[in-house]
Amino acid sequence: MGAVTETLLLALVVVTALAFDFTNGFHDTGNAMATSIATRALKPRTAVALSAVLNLVGAFLSLAVAATIAKGIVDAGVITLPVVLAGLVGGIVWNLITWLFGIPSSSSHALVGGMVGAVLAAVGTSGVLWEGVIAKVLVPALIAPVVAIAVAGVGTWLVARLTRGVPQDVTNRGFRWGQIGSASLVSLAHGTNDAQKSMGIILLALIAGGAVPADSGVPFWVILSCALAMAIGTYLGGWRVIRTLGKGLVEIDTRQGMAAETSSAAVILLSSHFGFSLSTTHVATGSVLGSGVGMPGAKVRWSVAGRMFVAWMVTLPAAGLVGALCHWLESSIGGAAGTIAVFLLLIVVSAGIWVASRRKPVDHTNVNEAWDEEKGASVEPVAATTGEAGGERVGPVPAVATASSVAPAVGAVGTVSAPSNPKVGA
Amino acid sequence: MSFIEWGALGQVLVAGLIVGAGIPALFALGLRLLAGTTSADVPAAPPSAARGADANDAPTSRVVAIPRPSPARLAGAIACMGVVVGAIAFGLVFLVSGGH
Repeated sequence: MGAVTETLLLALVVVTALAFDFTNGFHDTGNAMATSIATRALKPRTAVALSAVLNLVGAFLSLAVAATIAKGIVDAGVITLPVVLAGLVGGIVWNLITWLFGIPSSSSHALVGGMVGAVLAAVGTSGVLWEGVIAKVLVPALIAPVVAIAVAGVGTWLVARLTRGVPQDVTNRGFRWGQIGSASLVSLAHGTNDAQKSMGIILLALIAGGAVPADSGVPFWVILSCALAMAIGTYLGGWRVIRTLGKGLVEIDTRQGMAAETSSAAVILLSSHFGFSLSTTHVATGSVLGSGVGMPGAKVRWSVAGRMFVAWMVTLPAAGLVGALCHWLESSIGGAAGTIAVFLLLIVVSAGIWVASRRKPVDHTNVNEAWDEEKGASVEPVAATTGEAGGERVGPVPAVATASSVAPAVGAVGTVSAPSNPKVGA
Repeated sequence: MSFIEWGALGQVLVAGLIVGAGIPALFALGLRLLAGTTSADVPAAPPSAARGADANDAPTSRVVAIPRPSPARLAGAIACMGVVVGAIAFGLVFLVSGGH
């Protein structure tokens, strides 16, 4: 009986890790491709296909998998398979909720939050290294956008200054290619970085379950399945997030898009080189904001940006709450039944969020529609579905998370109107 | 444990500004050298368009003429673009070598 439970748990953890990998790709397509889609440098479908291929290639490029989860954030000794499963569910649910609201938020922070919550539920506060939480999660979430805004702002200002007087069709043609190139680099970096995380989780689970020896490398099927899960997620495209990043924050032209993506690529690669890990999502969002700050005459919708910052700050506690509740459910039912219950809950919640998203679908056909803050509620399903989706479909856990985090910020943006001629400087 | 690693942050910020802002600037400079301009440094635009020169919002009032770039401009443009391509290649090598 024990062996059967163990095998089942292992299988469910692997499947859930792949599901997290899928939502990771799905959620983060916009980091690389939102600006290229918004400036029409690439057709929406072409952009997500390119990003998917580059994520797939990126996953195979570097195999220096660190078999650690939330290192320096939770006590490594307390991580068991049930904790990992609960943490993964927390990450997935938060990824899906933020996607529903079109908020770009960090997938890795969601995973870390889920793990912290699950560890809290399992062994209490002694299992969490709070200094690590502050230094590696909360502070970087504040710093990343500031660095990215500075870099992209200076870059955009220089570009605007240097291309002054150059005919617009010339700059469009040139910067379109520059934009595609730099966005491709961001996609590739995402593939090499983020697919590794799921590979590491699966490898740890396999070692913990005794399926492979402790000093094992990553089995090929793990690499392949992680790469494919992320690529499929990327190709399906989190259109809601793409729309917010590409249209919601700043009206961008190809020059701003190129400056923003180059800034993203440079800051992401440099921060990992200097050992100061910053979230891809936070950097990409900051870069888009910076491209609006640096462009003379451009208007930045700080209200939309403020909503995002709030979401970033609550990512850790919200995902943690889901992770903790999942672990509590898992252990109070106990054994195989508890594991299956949590897995079924994940499926039900995911299906509920998907159904809620169908009320106001955003896809490749309407991703570039004009952003109207007055009618923001109808373009974005934020205000319209918060109460209903939270109450009857999504279940108590997301309802708590969304009600406390997103709703007040949403209410605050209602009065801001979109500019009538955002194309200044074009 | 310090909550902010100021040294690493400073390095990221400085290197980020040099690379992340410098590459787009070089790209823009290369494009400008290739395309040529009719405003700002060359007083080819009629005087009535001069008020638009600092506001950057009156592109239609300028005469657009794109002459073939001189060899010097072409060499400068190629140098700019070469640095850009080199930086991208360096980024790729960095990714492949697992430096992240």
